Amino acid sequence: MDFLNALVAFLNFVFVPGLAYGAQLALGALGVTLIYGILRFSNFAHGDTMAFGTMVTIFVTWFFQSIGLTAGFLPTALLALPFGILATAVMVLATDKVIYQFYRRQKATPTILVIVSMGVMFVMNGLVRLFIGVDDQNFADGGRFLISAGEFKAATGLAEGLSIKGSQAVTVATAALTVALLFWFLQKTRTGKSMRAFADNEDLALLSGINPDRVVQVTWIIAATLATIAGVLYGLDKSFRPFTYFQLLLPIFAAAIVGGLGSPLGAIAGGFIIAFSEVMLTYAWKKVATYVLPDSMAPDSLLQLMGTDYKFAVSFAILILVLLFLPTGLFKGKSY
Amino acid sequence: MSKNLKLFLGVALLFVATGFLMSWNQALFVLNFAMVSAIMALGVNIQWGYAGLFNTGVMGFAALGGLSVALVATPPVREAWSVGGGGILGGLLIGLATIALAVTLWKRMAKGRKRSLTMLVVLVGGFILFRWVFDPAVTAVEAINPSITGNLGGFGLPVLLAWPLGGLLAAGAAWAIGKTALGLRSDYLAIATLGIAEIIIAVMKNEDWLARGVKMMNMAQRPWPVPYEVNLQRNETFLSLANSMGFDPVTGSSIFVKLVYLVMILIVLALVIWLSERALNSPWGRMMRAIRDNEDAARAMGKDVTRRHLQVFILGSAVIGIAGAILTSMDGILNPGTYQPLRFTFLIWVMVIVGGSGNNWGAVLGAMLIGWLWLMVEALGPQVMSLVTAGLSEGPLKAHLVDSAQHMRLLTLGVILLLVLRFSPKGLLPEK
Amino acid sequence: MADPFLIGDAMTGGYGAADILHSCTIAVEKGEIAVIVGPNGAGKSTAMKAVFGMLKLREGRVMLDGEDITKLTPQARVAKGMGFVPQTHNIFPSMTVEENLEMGAFIRRDDFQDTMTQIYDLFPILKDKRNQAAGELSGGQRQQVAVGRALMTRPKVLMLDEPTAGVSPIVMDELFDRIIEIARTGISILMVEQNARQALEIADKGYVLVQGANRFTDTGKALMADPEVRRSFLGG
Repeated sequence: MDFLNALVAFLNFVFVPGLAYGAQLALGALGVTLIYGILRFSNFAHGDTMAFGTMVTIFVTWFFQSIGLTAGFLPTALLALPFGILATAVMVLATDKVIYQFYRRQKATPTILVIVSMGVMFVMNGLVRLFIGVDDQNFADGGRFLISAGEFKAATGLAEGLSIKGSQAVTVATAALTVALLFWFLQKTRTGKSMRAFADNEDLALLSGINPDRVVQVTWIIAATLATIAGVLYGLDKSFRPFTYFQLLLPIFAAAIVGGLGSPLGAIAGGFIIAFSEVMLTYAWKKVATYVLPDSMAPDSLLQLMGTDYKFAVSFAILILVLLFLPTGLFKGKSY
Repeated sequence: MSKNLKLFLGVALLFVATGFLMSWNQALFVLNFAMVSAIMALGVNIQWGYAGLFNTGVMGFAALGGLSVALVATPPVREAWSVGGGGILGGLLIGLATIALAVTLWKRMAKGRKRSLTMLVVLVGGFILFRWVFDPAVTAVEAINPSITGNLGGFGLPVLLAWPLGGLLAAGAAWAIGKTALGLRSDYLAIATLGIAEIIIAVMKNEDWLARGVKMMNMAQRPWPVPYEVNLQRNETFLSLANSMGFDPVTGSSIFVKLVYLVMILIVLALVIWLSERALNSPWGRMMRAIRDNEDAARAMGKDVTRRHLQVFILGSAVIGIAGAILTSMDGILNPGTYQPLRFTFLIWVMVIVGGSGNNWGAVLGAMLIGWLWLMVEALGPQVMSLVTAGLSEGPLKAHLVDSAQHMRLLTLGVILLLVLRFSPKGLLPEK
Repeated sequence: MADPFLIGDAMTGGYGAADILHSCTIAVEKGEIAVIVGPNGAGKSTAMKAVFGMLKLREGRVMLDGEDITKLTPQARVAKGMGFVPQTHNIFPSMTVEENLEMGAFIRRDDFQDTMTQIYDLFPILKDKRNQAAGELSGGQRQQVAVGRALMTRPKVLMLDEPTAGVSPIVMDELFDRIIEIARTGISILMVEQNARQALEIADKGYVLVQGANRFTDTGKALMADPEVRRSFLGG
């Protein structure tokens, strides 16, 4: 019984939150890794692209809520999501046309492109703050819990409860669907294959008649889609605050690099590695340990390896270790 | 030179106009801000302009400078030292020893399972030992009068000492960071330094025993010879002087204090410029630029690129640390919550790029222009927005727009950065 | 005599200010194999790139099947029926062999299954490895993928830049056999080769370039027999 309680406590406080967070990071990292693979630079504006897409989705959500359009158990934001994606796609395409295209034609170095993306980051960050402000925005509605702790306890008779928030279930389901669609697109469609070819060998792709402008456009659209979905899921699960989204850049980059920049599969693995490391190293294991260990060995301290505020340090430490010992990441990304 | 002079005069005009149209107090406040930022920009310029190192951890080094002010100037909390000082220092030493041991073992032992296992044992054991010594001491220290202290306090030394010490602290951190991260590709280095800065801030926010974390530290101490406003307002000579220039005592004293700070900042700034100009034109500087322009060729010629990079990284970070110390001693408060990457890292980068990377005077010019914009767009934004929205009827939309206009500065700076990168990539004052 | 099927006629040009090619002429007839040989730095690859439009010509012209294509981009030349296999980086390493071939056929909007079957017949090993990432194959197999990719557009001319660079002698013979087979189907082959002796053996026509200009031009056999060519370029 104690073992079951320990397991449930682990699931409740570590596994489920880690899974949801990992899915959000994975989606973010996929966007970063695709842009790196095709456009060959680390996009510092990705966190703010996420914030922008989420912001538009929030506005549309509020509008739907005001006219009484909801999705029942599911959050209304899912209905608004396509509009957020559309707006973000239009915006990044415009950004590409006005800003990045020039540097691509010039064959600018990746470092210059990173600095340019810093400028874009400023602009997007400014736009988001201008439109929606800097405060927390809560836009989650629909079912609060898929399983609540109370129900779980009543049903199983265990002392520990397992709660799965609606937003967590929606996150994992949406992320799984998105990733499946993305991989189908990359592996099976002509356009998806041409993107991979372009990422693999740009000159040969050009020689084969692949239109680079089209590849770049499709990449931006996919990146915008992934960013918006990741941002909305994160916002539903936690809350929306522009600055938090900027800070997400760090774990997202860590995930993409750990997996191997340029490797979509790596981005997903990296997302979960970073998320679970963060959660596990900052979780106070006292509860789980009390169940598992005999009473005489029950711990006095919280058994927390690091304070929750050091979660950045976790993603960062993993990032540095991977960069030092495995520079191309777990899944052999590209290092141009 | 005449074009450069015109640019400087033009920017100076902005400050003069601010003085006439708003207030001299405001203008000086902005100028001091810009000048401290100019020192930081010089630090970045040394790293990026001279050596092509992409450091986005400016915020972290500036915060370390700020921390040094708290550690140098505030009086020690004797009680805290007696209950937990030994434990905290001991814990930190254990932590350092663990890392040093792990690094040595890693270098000395042959690759293989044995090394991995030993490393694991050393690291886990060291961590447990560290927490075992460190945690009780921290709890004891933080329990002492938490509403006022709850920290170990500082050394009760003159604030002015914190400026060079801030530089030293930042240099020490830069050494450790440079040792691990400088071999990385430039965009990886950017991500790594961005992360390190966040971690430094996280430590300062959460380790209350150090400098009270988010509870902030108020520091009344001022660097010599800056006077206190209240004393000035009681000083007859000063009062008659202020009166003769048409300032009331409060404004007058505030302006006077800012002027004293300005002079001190300018001295530091001049010193940094003089030193880095000399360095730039020395054989060392020429070698740095050779390395920046073609790393492989320099390496092939037998230059120790990694070592040079480490040097320049430490020097630039030290300059940033000094500026961070100046800023905090000027504010009289250490609040880790105010360290934001947009303000402390990316803003400085915009200054360097707009001013002209590789050119020290460019960094100063960029700092003046961008510093002015950063503070004035916030102040002027709502006014401009109310003009723009004058046609709109009063309502929540208009209120929202006017309200959020203070955020225009990010937008403005982003646009400026992009325009400069596109149309004048070498900046306002290009490298000679 | 009628114009050759493909001719780079009196080509002069280079990458920068200095010319690399000096009135250099390279031509190939339908279904024949033409080989460009010469010492290092003779401009062999440059001459081929000029024919393919990867180099701006100051003088001279390139004609394909009686049409002047001097002004066309390489991509447009692919559409006109030219296939090019670069010396290095000539495959998509993370994609499967089959996907590499598909990418070769990217500009084709019709069903290219037949062409793929033909290529698998030509290079049976590729059929076995068709679901393997091309980057994991051996050097010789990668060259086969590269040639196969270029054949997917059903080109009328196939241009190969040192196809046997870095492969073993056995693999080289095998590759040359395949190239002869390709030529027999009516595709003209234009090829730059370091292994001059072996290449001239299978060549209908040989071009010996020196410093960007034609030094000797004759049939492969005649060049092999020419004592001066043998002494200077074939090592005796």
